[in-house]
Amino acid sequence: MGLLSDPNRRKALTNLLTRLNTPICIVCYLAAIMWFMGLAFEPFTLRTYMSENAMGSTMVEERFPSGERALSTAKEFDAHKRKAGGMPVEWLVKTMQARGLEVFTQSFSRTLPFPDENKERYMVRGTNVYGILRAPRAPRTEALVISAPCSPGNSNNQAVGLLLTLAQYFRSQVYWAKDIIFLVNEHDLIGMQAWLEGYHHTNITGMEYSPLQGRAGSIQAALSLELSSDVITSLDLVLEGLNGQLPNLDLANLFYAFCQKLGVLCTIQGKLQRNDWDTAEGYTHAAQTMMLMVLKQASGRAWGDHGLFLRYHIEAASIQGINSFRHYKTDVTTIGRLLEGMIRKLNNLLERLHQSYFFYLLPSLSRFVSIGYYMPAFGLLAVILLLRALDLWVHLGSPALAEVDGDSEVEQSSSPGVLSVLTPVVISHLTGVALYLLPVQLQEMAVEHFPVSETEAVVLTAVAIYTAGLALPHNAQWLLSGEGTEQGWRVLKLTSLLYLAVLLGCTALVNFSLGFILAVTLVPIAACITPHMPRALSALAVVLLSPGFVILYCVFIYQELIEAPVSISEGWMLFLSVISQGILDHVLYGSLVYPLLALFIYPCWLMFWNILFWK
Amino acid sequence: MAAPRCVLFLLYISLFSVLEYRSSCEKLSDNTGEEQSASDALREVKSDVSGNNEDDRQWQSTDVEMDKSVEAKDSESARPAPKDQFQEELIIRPLHSGDIYASFQFRTLWDTDFLQQGNKVSHYRLFPKSLGQVLSKFSVRELHISFTQGFWRTMQWGQPFIPSPPGAELWVWFDDTVADVDENWKELTNVLSGIFCASLNFIDTTNTVQPSASFKPLGLGNATDHRFLRYATLPREIVCTENLTPWKKLLPCGSKAGLAVLMKSEKLFHSSFHSQAVHIRPACQDGQCARPAWELRQTLNVVFDLYTSGQGKKEWSLFKMFSRTLTEACPLASSSKVYVDITDNPEGELFELSPATPVLSQAVVLGDRRTYSVYDLTKADTFGQLRSLNLLLRWKGDNGDMLRPLLHAERYVAGFGLQTGEIHTLVYNNHPFRAFPVLLLESVPWYLRLYIHTLKVTSKSRENKPSYIHYQPSKDRQRPHLLEMLIQLPPHSVTEVTVQFERALLKWTEYPPDPNHGFYVGSSVISALVPSMVAMDTNLTQEHPLFSSFFPVKEESNYFMRVYTEPLLVNLPTPDFSMPYNVICLTCTVVAVGYGSFYNLLTRTFQVDEPSLPLAKRLANLVRRIRGVPLLT
Repeated sequence: MGLLSDPNRRKALTNLLTRLNTPICIVCYLAAIMWFMGLAFEPFTLRTYMSENAMGSTMVEERFPSGERALSTAKEFDAHKRKAGGMPVEWLVKTMQARGLEVFTQSFSRTLPFPDENKERYMVRGTNVYGILRAPRAPRTEALVISAPCSPGNSNNQAVGLLLTLAQYFRSQVYWAKDIIFLVNEHDLIGMQAWLEGYHHTNITGMEYSPLQGRAGSIQAALSLELSSDVITSLDLVLEGLNGQLPNLDLANLFYAFCQKLGVLCTIQGKLQRNDWDTAEGYTHAAQTMMLMVLKQASGRAWGDHGLFLRYHIEAASIQGINSFRHYKTDVTTIGRLLEGMIRKLNNLLERLHQSYFFYLLPSLSRFVSIGYYMPAFGLLAVILLLRALDLWVHLGSPALAEVDGDSEVEQSSSPGVLSVLTPVVISHLTGVALYLLPVQLQEMAVEHFPVSETEAVVLTAVAIYTAGLALPHNAQWLLSGEGTEQGWRVLKLTSLLYLAVLLGCTALVNFSLGFILAVTLVPIAACITPHMPRALSALAVVLLSPGFVILYCVFIYQELIEAPVSISEGWMLFLSVISQGILDHVLYGSLVYPLLALFIYPCWLMFWNILFWK
Repeated sequence: MAAPRCVLFLLYISLFSVLEYRSSCEKLSDNTGEEQSASDALREVKSDVSGNNEDDRQWQSTDVEMDKSVEAKDSESARPAPKDQFQEELIIRPLHSGDIYASFQFRTLWDTDFLQQGNKVSHYRLFPKSLGQVLSKFSVRELHISFTQGFWRTMQWGQPFIPSPPGAELWVWFDDTVADVDENWKELTNVLSGIFCASLNFIDTTNTVQPSASFKPLGLGNATDHRFLRYATLPREIVCTENLTPWKKLLPCGSKAGLAVLMKSEKLFHSSFHSQAVHIRPACQDGQCARPAWELRQTLNVVFDLYTSGQGKKEWSLFKMFSRTLTEACPLASSSKVYVDITDNPEGELFELSPATPVLSQAVVLGDRRTYSVYDLTKADTFGQLRSLNLLLRWKGDNGDMLRPLLHAERYVAGFGLQTGEIHTLVYNNHPFRAFPVLLLESVPWYLRLYIHTLKVTSKSRENKPSYIHYQPSKDRQRPHLLEMLIQLPPHSVTEVTVQFERALLKWTEYPPDPNHGFYVGSSVISALVPSMVAMDTNLTQEHPLFSSFFPVKEESNYFMRVYTEPLLVNLPTPDFSMPYNVICLTCTVVAVGYGSFYNLLTRTFQVDEPSLPLAKRLANLVRRIRGVPLLT
């Protein structure tokens, strides 16, 4: 600190930083991108390893024998599901009871704020059925959950069949130390949310549900199972949960270890692992897998039923069976054994999973990037904001120092400066609040006046407010009596830079992917925006890098990465549905991405937009 | 007028005779009116079977013989001959869920005058010396200790004969002459820890409470000053063979003869529920209660699982359960019997029992009239030609739905996150028309800081104000919270008791080696006088004469019951004790130092300091100032 206490050296240092500011920023930005892309390069990543001793070396022998019975149970379930035209509650209760479980049901109902067109539901009413296998000589303090969603149509019957058969097999074993809850939830995530809220007796989303009758203590881990075909070629592990939360890496390691042991093909993000990391294809493959994970995590959605468990500090993952018509096939017995092995190892746990990482990215199932490796990529971007802020601070300070004796112009310019800064900040945030509140509030009015459905009304209102927001701060300038000064926009920019840095920093700590994606797009705007640029061109660039467009790009990139490219118009429709899903996720499950974007990121971007049109 | 008077008279007679019966069986439990254990309330009823009378007579005669032999042995001693007694019993109850419940009860009566002070007893016959010495050394009035592995599933199994919470439970009434109860308690727990090979030494002031109402003495004497009571539970205690062996050694016959031969630990611990207990209390030696005695009652309750050990066949036998059969009674026992509950099986449609026995016995157990088949091991013909008794039970029926016990309770932690939470205790009264009060006791460790102002008791979505609340706030690292409430449960209702808490951040040395496992909160205890099923049944005309059944029989109208809820496992905010924790400490230090200096830099203005002049120059300046000449710099 002696370096900075000495005014001369300090001056030299600040001079250096202001003089070299732009080159340093450019280097930082490029380095950040390079660093991030390098994360997928195998020699730079670590091999996954089991950290938890209780799951590592303990011997587990899998003996689950009755895959055939699982399939026949699945058929029976299917028949009853068709007959009942939904979840066959009575049949499930009876079947679980016959398998020696304590069976309970929970009914729930939820009216969505507007119809969900993807899943075609508006007023949801359903029942969850769960059976508890009580562990012998255990005091009901710990539990594991295996769940299978009861989806409409033909899908996921096999998962329920396997679940019931596993329950029967597990019931006759003696080694259980934790109670096991077998849960069949209706209406996928909504049912799961109702069950979890019921289990923990909370109500954070306004769900209506009947209280649970049976409990089994604190849940230690959960697995969600999705199988839709009798024969499975590979199993896919889904980890991304609500708000980008991830389960402990040991859960992924456990899955991988058992896939290796039983010779099951396993994928993550639907991508098989490749061994040729030194070729361009190998690298691209790993980079694509990682990018998919980043995009999914950034979306803040629960990508499977497991995603909702994470809020309650329960480590959970979804296992999805995929039938991609490869040669290599796995029968249900093997999948049953895999689950048996995983559950038995989780049963051996003495503590909650806590040994391994909670913050990581996976370029493949056997390689991971820990928080220590990926954070520098974000840090380099955040540094740009701070450097620019420092630069502005110095520029704001030095003329003031020069004119400190004599005229009172500085004092005059600084006091309207505060007002001229405060006004755009407040107006931007009010626009953000409007963007957050109005789409859902105004849907009825919109439906009355325009020939659109409710969902379209909500999304189009959101888009309209977003677009209208572009004009608002610009026009607000006219309302202000005082003229915007050179000093004014600098103060505003300084504020916005620091605000953005804090916002992105907090976001990246919780959800790295979201923070990084926003930083990559917003930092260039934030760094180089001034009112003196060519207006039209820079306005176009700023709009194209706005949060809304970022979502659009992400939709296209995501479609490209899952090898289902879409045309522009399809992409636009997808974009609209993503927005409606984002709003629904927020209202139904408490996802925070929509409020973050509407209340903070968008206003912050509007502040930069305001600077561009500073008069 | 004559007729009703006559009926009343008859009623009195019948009541009186019933009381006589009970008092001869066990007077002391009525004294306190708090608890009847199952076998105490057993009441032999002359059934219509002709052989039964004979059996009764035989049983009595054996008792007399036993007494005579005891007297003969001790005839040379100067004092009136002490009449130590030992009884053993095994009750097998096929449970509603298809599981099977085996309950052993061993009762040793020690005829000694413990009321006399300074009376050192050095002669032990049937009573274990290790416990006797402990009783006299620590002036223990009553001692109840239980070790339980598993949770009693009331919804499937009904009520247990002797309830106990998961883990270890210890409650002791000390004599009112004890000066320093806490010191005695501390030493006693350490001694017991040695005797039972259990971690009772973990009982200290942070988990000991003094309940004011929930635990009353069960034996002679009516001490009510709860300063002499100590209660503690260790929910985390794991019970295994090493606890069973010392327990078995307390029996007069050890595990060599009698019912105790069935106790093979590999079978007892291959079950759904295992609970062993020792209860010591002062009792009466005889009906008049002229001579007090110590009663040691050892109980062992096991529930065997139908699924895991049945291998598909629904069949039970002593051999299957215990891998042993019975061949003899303990020679020291005055009575040795096996009871099989056949109440639900009057026509043999639910299960088939062999060998069949003509001896039946009826008893009111936990407010319900039960019928038992009795096998008397002191008689040779019980064992048949094979010289061994292997009871066989073949299930015919299907296992039923869940039960709705009159009183049951559950508890859970609500909420998420590591800052706050809420403890919910649900108490169910499933009686269709009777309300009854319960005493709820909650003892919560200090590291869950209860917000007692958030305490809410609601039943039928209306506030239910407890008529009595005893709350003792916790002191950090010294004593737990104690909350006792008397709540009236409306009929057919769920009463919910909620209280919010904050999770404390412990000092880093206070965490156990496995902090991420969570911290246990012991079971809450619900004690109640529950309206009896027998009294509930107003249609008893088939069995009883009309004149006897108009008023509900008083002594059977309520029965004492204690229900334990499940313990809780609560996660506290836990630092990461591995490498990253060190990293965090380090970075925090660096950040703190860095922040300090940056703050310094930002808030201070720096000025170039002019070097002060040397002394000579300053003197010269002084002179120059006087002279009015420009100063030197």
